[in-house]
Amino acid sequence: MKGSLIIVGFFIVGVIVGLRHWMPETDALGNISYLTLCALMFCVGISVGHNTTVLKSIRTLDKRYMLLPVMTITGTLAGCAVAALLLPHRSMTDCLAVGSDFGYYSLSSIFITQYRGPELGTVALLANILREIITLLGAPLLVRYFGRLAPITVGGATTMDTTLPIITQTSGNDFIIVSIFHGFIVDFSVPFLVTFFCSF
Amino acid sequence: MLIIVAIMFCGIAVGYLLRNHSLRLIPQAIILLIWLLLFFLGVEVGENPRIIAGLKDLGLEAVWLSVMGIVGSVLLAWALWRYIHAKKGGKP
Repeated sequence: MKGSLIIVGFFIVGVIVGLRHWMPETDALGNISYLTLCALMFCVGISVGHNTTVLKSIRTLDKRYMLLPVMTITGTLAGCAVAALLLPHRSMTDCLAVGSDFGYYSLSSIFITQYRGPELGTVALLANILREIITLLGAPLLVRYFGRLAPITVGGATTMDTTLPIITQTSGNDFIIVSIFHGFIVDFSVPFLVTFFCSF
Repeated sequence: MLIIVAIMFCGIAVGYLLRNHSLRLIPQAIILLIWLLLFFLGVEVGENPRIIAGLKDLGLEAVWLSVMGIVGSVLLAWALWRYIHAKKGGKP
């Protein structure tokens, strides 16, 4: 939670700097942030390739739970497709791009800003911060009414790091591997899905 | 766009090759780059009067998309949970 607050803090400081026009030469900003994004994706790749423990632990997982990432991805996209019907000024693919962040707001809002501009990037940031907050606060209720997989599916791409502690508390220790596997797969799908939906 | 995904794959290859080395700096680099990029996004938002004026509507849109995405995924995950436990024959 503290990590998320710091990230939001940086965004807010940026907004203030922008409002006050404290930053000179903002024309170059697009290029700088593109290069920073490339560096970020390279580092994200390294951490994925380096993490062989996830691949090893998958062998011990009940095969049926492997369907959970599929449920998360199709369910979220279906929900956002329905939501898009009531947002006539947004295209279907824009809404699906926001949905396919699965709570991974830091990376995906940057992606969407790069492809679709800061307006949709802001929607993506807010929508996905909210998704993480709902996971953190709503996990006990979700388990109670929708079973132990519910906090994991809501956690989306964050279930192998930021929301893992709350998931182990509410769904139980038996679901740690499910949660890590789910986070790993959903996390991995974000760059592909966002790029795909932004290419229309 | 594909360039960025290709860059990530290069990173995965590098990470896999270095799998026997400890890479403590990488998580720190990731968080630093994320801070920097979110700051840039903030600056872009702050400098754009149209976004600032529409922030309330953008917020409502965000809530709507977030909630609908959550509802969709929770329903499917619930269906999977019930399916798995119906097969086991036990109560969830």
